[in-house]
Amino acid sequence: MTATASTDTAVRDTGAGKRRQGPTFLMALPAVLFFGFFALIPLGGVLVISFMEWNILGTPSWVGLDNWDTVINDRPFTWRALTLTLLFVVGSYLFQAPIALMLGVFMAGQQRYRAFLSVLYFLPLLFSSVAVGLTFQSLFSPYYGMSAALPFDWLPNDWLTNSDIVMYVMIFVVGWCFIPFHALLYQAGVRQIPADMYEAATIDGAGRIRQFFSITLPQLRYTIITSSTLMLVGSLTYFDLIFVLTGGQPANAVRILPLDMYITGFSANNLGHASVIAVILVAIGLTMSLALNKLSGSSKMESDKAGA
Amino acid sequence: MTHAASTESKVPQAGTALDPTEPDGGVVGLKKPKPGKAKKPGESPNIFAGVFGWVWLAVIILPIYYIIITSFRTSQDLRANNQLIPTAEPTLDAFILVIQNDFFHFFFNSVIVTASTVAVVLAVSLMAAYYITRSTTWGGTRLFQLILLGIAIPVQATIIPVYYLIRQLGLYDTLWALILPQIAFAIPLSVLIIVNFVRDIPNELFESMRVDGAGEWKILGSLVVPMAKPALMTVGIYQALQVWNGFLFPLVLTQSRDVRVLPLSLWEYQGQFGINVPATLAAVVLSALPLLVAYILGRRYIVAGLTAGFGK
Repeated sequence: MTATASTDTAVRDTGAGKRRQGPTFLMALPAVLFFGFFALIPLGGVLVISFMEWNILGTPSWVGLDNWDTVINDRPFTWRALTLTLLFVVGSYLFQAPIALMLGVFMAGQQRYRAFLSVLYFLPLLFSSVAVGLTFQSLFSPYYGMSAALPFDWLPNDWLTNSDIVMYVMIFVVGWCFIPFHALLYQAGVRQIPADMYEAATIDGAGRIRQFFSITLPQLRYTIITSSTLMLVGSLTYFDLIFVLTGGQPANAVRILPLDMYITGFSANNLGHASVIAVILVAIGLTMSLALNKLSGSSKMESDKAGA
Repeated sequence: MTHAASTESKVPQAGTALDPTEPDGGVVGLKKPKPGKAKKPGESPNIFAGVFGWVWLAVIILPIYYIIITSFRTSQDLRANNQLIPTAEPTLDAFILVIQNDFFHFFFNSVIVTASTVAVVLAVSLMAAYYITRSTTWGGTRLFQLILLGIAIPVQATIIPVYYLIRQLGLYDTLWALILPQIAFAIPLSVLIIVNFVRDIPNELFESMRVDGAGEWKILGSLVVPMAKPALMTVGIYQALQVWNGFLFPLVLTQSRDVRVLPLSLWEYQGQFGINVPATLAAVVLSALPLLVAYILGRRYIVAGLTAGFGK
């Protein structure tokens, strides 16, 4: 594959002499093969299986639109799962984004105590979702957790079993896991803002809050877009923690779409129905990413020549 | 609260700083400035920020504190005494029980899966990124669009066909079942991050290497790799964390104890240990230890690496 490397061979070999030489497609082939076989084919496959009846053990067989008809028309739970998903995605975003942004700005400061705190803020990233799930399962237990240890009567002790609050508990725990990473993104972003912008603003008499809204926020717009995309698409497909902590219980109050898909497919062994739910998930995910992309125009090829 | 303890909170209101000479638009228009320190000199301590910082620390630390002190208890102790105060009679029983139950076997499975996945992801993503940014044919742009689409594919949604494929290939319940699909799903984001770096390498550098007679592999090794190092670090660390902590693929694609990886083992420990909560939490603590050691040894490296590639 190095045959076209030197200038003269390339010019001689290519009939259209104006073509400049570059790496051959062979360079990209391994990535294309992996991605095509284990990501693109399954993406098409999930659509195909959504038209089949398949209970894990048997062979899949065609049933046409039956699965779609059942899941959309005869299964009220689908709509509930959609609503719960929306609530979870929006709730997670409203919880994570402001705290991550404020923490990032905080961590970017040069004070020594902030550097010390930043070291500790990283700790949740060392735990897997299952580890965090088991941790909070114990901490929220009415028998040997926080509520048993603290003498506050107003503290609920049914964090994970009360269907009225379990969604908020999930949003909190998922935030506990992911806010540290997004805070790091914001910290890196804030540190790239030149100090003279703040100096000029200070001379002009702009206070801290004014500087935040007039300098920090606008300068962080690329970070905000990156972080928001990861947060929104991430929560849409989030599965691990909710599965470990609740399994969708109580009363299916946190059975969001990815969890609904798993339970339908691998617990109830109805892979056809589960595939319909998966296709709906893909559709929402793609729509959301494309919308965010449009909003930011970040798919452009040319470089921004950032100083990173 | 050391620094936050200030006498005056000089936090001016946004409204008081009306400044007609510097409209917001002017600031927004300043694109991609040179890097610098964000901290402004001569400013009063920010009380609000201080309080917020310490409160968040408490939120972060409490659960970690709880699992650590609990893992040194017995389950009787856990029920009998205040759960948030360290026990008077610490014991290593819980840790011993976990280690006797094949912890290190699961640990090495995780090491094998993570190391091989990340190594392949780095190699193939780097090559693909080089092709995308420097190819002179239409293929580069097309491939990049395809890859960008891949970022939006939710992994969870494809698990059913992946399960089918893995079964058909006869790879179900092997470590291959975890490695191969995870490589595939790590590629889009990895390529995107590396592309952002490789396309900033000036064309003249490539030209001069070609003039000197360097082949594509030589250019890749001695120009692209060194220049894309921050991106490679980001990809390596980020994807290693993803794979190390991944739960869905092992849950669906493996079954037997032989090929169990750490996150799945935690889940199984919980079922096995039942009401012996300290044992489950000791497993949780043990599972985080390797990453904690890595973090202590290479903190600056890890923190910088995790975000460097996202900065663009």
